[in-house]
Amino acid sequence: MSPFLFWVFALLTLIFGAAVVINRNPVASALSLVVSFLGLAALFMSLNAYFVGIIQVLVYAGAVMVLFLFIIMLLNLRAEESRRINWLASAGGVAVALILVGQIFSVISHLKIAQNPFPPLAGSTTDDVRNIGALLFTNYNLPFQIVGVLVLVATVGVVLLSRREPR
Amino acid sequence: MITLGDYLMVSGILFAIGFAGVMLRRNLIIILMSLELMLNAANLSLVAFSRFRVNSIGLPDYNAQVFVFFIITVAAAEIAVGLAIIVALYRARQTTDVSQISQLKF
Repeated sequence: MSPFLFWVFALLTLIFGAAVVINRNPVASALSLVVSFLGLAALFMSLNAYFVGIIQVLVYAGAVMVLFLFIIMLLNLRAEESRRINWLASAGGVAVALILVGQIFSVISHLKIAQNPFPPLAGSTTDDVRNIGALLFTNYNLPFQIVGVLVLVATVGVVLLSRREPR
Repeated sequence: MITLGDYLMVSGILFAIGFAGVMLRRNLIIILMSLELMLNAANLSLVAFSRFRVNSIGLPDYNAQVFVFFIITVAAAEIAVGLAIIVALYRARQTTDVSQISQLKF
C-alpha cells in the first residue's frame, strides 16, 4: 500500500475516533464510530489481513453499530444540554491521555525493529481465510469452543437482563 | 516507506483517544464506544505485528489474526451485555449519566 493511502486512512481513523469523544450528540458519535472502524478495516487490509478487515466491517459497521443506534433511539437520548464543563477535570483527563501518547512514542522511537519496513510476502497471500480457519480448528480448537459457550451465555444473559419483571 | 512504528503509533494514539473518552465523558453509551476504540487499537497493533513476523515460506504469522478474531467475538458479546445492562439501568433510573449513578443501592 502506498504511504499516501496509509496516511489518509490513518487520519480518517484518528479524526473520527476523536469525533466520537468530542461530539455531544450520541447519534453523531455512533456514526463517527462507523467511519473510524471503516478506516481501521482499510488499515487491516493494507496489512494483507483481508479476513480480519472483512470481519471488522461485518461485525462493527454492521452488527454493533445497529445495536448502538437501536439503543440510542430506544432510550430517546437527546444531546447533552450544554452544562458547564469542568475544565480542570477535562484538562486532567486530556493530560493523562497525552502522557500516555508520549510514553508510547518514546518506547516506539527507542525500539530498533520499529524502524524496519515490513518484509515482503510470498506471491499469493489471499487465502488467509483458509490459514486462519486451519489454525482455529487445530491449535485453537478449545478456545474456539469456549468462545462459542461465551456467546451463548451472552445471548441468554441479554435476554434475562432485558426481560421485564413479572408483577 | 511505512514502517512498523507508524502502525504502532496510530494504534497508540487511537488507544489514548479511547482512554480519554472513558475518563472525560459521562454518558454510559459513549463510554462503551470508547472501550470499543481501545479494543480496536489493540487489534491494529496485533495485525501489524502479524504482518511483520513473516515466516520462512513468506506468510504472515496467523496466530495473531486468530487472536484478533477472538477479541472481536468477545467484544461483540461484551457490547451486547453492556447495552442490555444500560437498558435495564435506564428503566430503573431514567438516566445514563454516570455522575447520577453514584450509589449501588436504588
